[in-house]
Order: sequence, then structure tokens, then C-alpha cells
Amino acid sequence: MSAIGELVEGAGTSLAEVGRITKFFGRILGQIPAAVTKPGLIVDQIYNAGALSLIIIMTSGLFVGAVLALQGFLVLQRFGSEDALGGGAAIALLRELGPVITALLFAGRAGTALASEIGLMRATDQLTAMEMMAVDPIRRVVVPRFVGGVVAMPLLTLIFISIGILGAYVYGVGTLGVDAAPFWSQMRANVAVEDVTQGVIKGAVFGVACSLIAVYEGFTATPTAEGVGQATTNTVVNSAVMTLILDLMLSAAMA
Amino acid sequence: MSNNENIAPQRRAEAGDNIVEIQDVHYAVGGRSIFTGLSLTIPRGRITAIMGPSGTGKTTLMRLITGQIQPDQGRVLFDGLEVPKLNRKELYKARRRIGMLFQNGALLTDLDVFENVAFALREHTKLPESLIRNIVLTKLQAVGLRGAARFMPGDLSGGMARRVALARAMATDPEVLIYDEPFTGLDPISMGMIVRLVRQMNYALGITSIVVSHDVEELAILADASYIISGGKVVASGSFLELKDHDSEIVNQFINGLADGPVPFHYPASDYYEQLLAGKP
Repeated sequence: MSAIGELVEGAGTSLAEVGRITKFFGRILGQIPAAVTKPGLIVDQIYNAGALSLIIIMTSGLFVGAVLALQGFLVLQRFGSEDALGGGAAIALLRELGPVITALLFAGRAGTALASEIGLMRATDQLTAMEMMAVDPIRRVVVPRFVGGVVAMPLLTLIFISIGILGAYVYGVGTLGVDAAPFWSQMRANVAVEDVTQGVIKGAVFGVACSLIAVYEGFTATPTAEGVGQATTNTVVNSAVMTLILDLMLSAAMA
Repeated sequence: MSNNENIAPQRRAEAGDNIVEIQDVHYAVGGRSIFTGLSLTIPRGRITAIMGPSGTGKTTLMRLITGQIQPDQGRVLFDGLEVPKLNRKELYKARRRIGMLFQNGALLTDLDVFENVAFALREHTKLPESLIRNIVLTKLQAVGLRGAARFMPGDLSGGMARRVALARAMATDPEVLIYDEPFTGLDPISMGMIVRLVRQMNYALGITSIVVSHDVEELAILADASYIISGGKVVASGSFLELKDHDSEIVNQFINGLADGPVPFHYPASDYYEQLLAGKP
């Protein structure tokens, strides 16, 4: 009985949290028109979330593409279809690996930076100081960071996918000996517009989810060193879980 | 034109010579009572000190006045406005008339000193850049830090950060300046500078000052009137001389800095020897 009680209480707490995030999301959306009147702040945040994540995204993309080529080659070799490597790698990267791994890396790099930065601003009274100067911190601090993340994520996803395909080509053609011509021709023949669309849509949705989680965790962080640490951890864990749940939902919806 | 003209009539009360009025306020957090019938008034154009032992809710009182939190019961009036009843827009309008100096400065760490002072001007006005520059440099000159305009907050000492925060608080020429523990952790030179600046703000510009502190000596030379808060209520009020001769034990303990008295040295706990013999925490 107590276990059921705990379960019900846990479900109630989770539901309340969902309600709070939804309300917070509503406040962000309400402040976007006012925030875009200062585009400089948003551009700065696109740079912070996007440009500063480029190295980790590109490096990871290169290695994921190379590993995909290696594993794909070993499987395709059993069926004598090594020529399909280019198409297979591109589809896997576009539909799944690109958006999901980019979101996980984004949460680890940009998401944690956002959460800890906003959390520290909370802990050092900077957000309260803004409130006292009659400046809404949602408009001044949260919205530019949220929009920056939302714009950066699909771009990072496309860069990850492109570099991933390059990694697959370099390893597949350069090391495994797959012919370059069928690598590209198979890719052109088999990759459909829907595959690209799915990658971009997933990147955009994951961008909204991961950015929202990061700014929410930071904004609501307990104003202590431990609280900011907890907010950072929650950002990574919740973003990863949410990305994987949304991935299944989007894959099923767009199947 | 009054700043309060657009406020709904039911949220306006009569504003007299007192810019802030706290009437029978009750406030509890986490089941612990902070205020149990607190009442006080802050006269316009004067320096009023709010004193009391640590943990009596001095900062909480400032948060009530500025509408950051709401009382469970009672009224909080700012220039006749019922602060807890204001909506966000009205509250922000009222806050533009108040400057607040935070204990830690609370400077925006991604902006340099100049931009910190210019922050509210850029957010609330469409003044030309040349005018903003002149205002900011004037405020920084007043606190003696014009030469540090391009420093980042991380490069400043505690005293410098607080002076920059003061320049920022007065950038928009507020009617009321609230100082939350302005002397804590400062060396005597920085402390002297802050005392001088608080006085200047008050006498030269006619700004109402509310100083929350427990530094009795500094407040003795600074404040026109003081309140001592303890146990959720005002236990004494008046000039420093009146408080010094007050017959209340708690006022005597606080003003003279006695380690033990009505505010006990020991936090309530079980019997000392029994706990030692029990062998458990």
C-alpha cells in the first residue's frame, strides 16, 4: 500500500514539474517578441551555443561516421553489398544518429553551460538585481539563450551529419577499400528528401527540448553551490532521457 | 505628473510623509514565523536604519517592501501603493523608483563596470549613447571609480564592487535607495567611503535611504532614526541616543554587543551532558 502511495505521490510530483515547465515555456514564448528587439543578445547566444560547440560536434561526427562505416562494412560484406555503404551510412546519420548524438553532445556542452551560468546568476543575486531594476530576467537572460539554442541545434545537427558522412567516406574508401563512385551514387539513389527532413525536424525539436530543460534548470536552481551542481546534472540527465523519448515518438510519427 | 497615475484606484491608499508603511505584517516560511505583527514606517527623505540580530528577517523585510515576496497577512505600502496587490507591470513601474544595493553587489558578471551602470538606462530609456556615457561617467565619478569603467566585475575588490553597485543603483535617479548590509566584510577605508556616499546621496539628492545592517557604530553616525527588529516584531525605535538609553534588555544586548542575554548564545538544544553520554550525534 505504501509503495502504491509513493508511486502516486511520485507521479503527482512529476506532473506538477511538467506543469511548471509548461508554464515557464509559456512565459518564454510570451517574451520572445520583446526579446527579438535586441537581436545582438540572441546572436551572442547563437555563437555561445553553436559556434563554441562546433569542435566537439565535428570531432564526434567524424569518428561516429568512421565507426558507422566500419560496422556497416562488416555487416554489408556478409551480403556482398559493400557498395551500399554510402547510402546506409547517410540514412543512419540523417534519420537517427545525427540528431540524437548532436542533442546528447549539445546537452553536455551548451546545455550545462546554460544551466550553470543562469544558476550562478541566481545564486549571486544577479537575477534578483535585474528584477529590482524592473528588467524581466526571462526576457533579458532566458529568452536569448533559449532562442540561441533553438537556432543552433538544427545547424549543429546538419554539420554533424555532413562531417559524419565525410568520416564514413574517408574510412570506408580510404581504409576499407570501398569504391568511391558507388559510395556516392548509392547515397544519391537511396537518400530521399524525407530522410533529410526527418533529420532537420528532429534536430529542431531536440533543440527546443534541450534548450528549454537547460534554461529551466538554471532559472529554478537552488541558489547554492550544491543547487547549481544539481541543476547542471539534471540538465544532462533530463535532456538525454527526453531526447530518447522524443526520438521514438518522432520516428514513429514520421515512419 | 505623478508616477502613480496609472495605478488602479483600489490599489492606491493615502500617501503621506512616509514613503513606506508596514502594517501588522505576518510572514512565515517553511513553518517558521519570521514576522508576527511587524509595523513600521519609513519617512520620506531621511536615512532609516533597520537593525537586529542575524536571522531576524531584515533582508526579508526588504524583499517584502520591494514585492519580491508577499506577506501572509498585513499591509505593505510603498508611496501609498499596496505592493502585494500590484501586478507585474505595476510592480516594475514602482521598482523603477527604487534602487537597491545588494550585500554582494550582484553585478552582472558578463558586463564590465561601465555597462553594469548603464544597464537600466539602456533597458528603460532611448537616450543617445553620448548622454548615457555622460550619465554613467558622472555616477562612476561620484563613487570614485571612473578609472575602473572598463574593469570586469571579477577584477574588483569587495569594496569596489559595492561602490559600482551603488553607482548602478543610482543610475536612474531613484527616489528610494535600499542598502542591504552595505558594511559587511569591508575594510575600514571602504566602509568609510560607503558611509560618506550614503550620506551624500541622502543630503545632496534628497533620496530616502533604508539601511539594513547590524553594524551599530556606523549606523549611529549615519541614521536619522532606527528600528530594532527581534522575534518577528519591532522591539525599539528612535534615534541612536534614545536606543542607547532604552530599558529593554534585548536592545541593551544588541546595542552594546553582549554575547548572552535575551538572544541566547546557545541555539536551543538537548541537555549537554546527556548528549555527550548518549554517544550519538
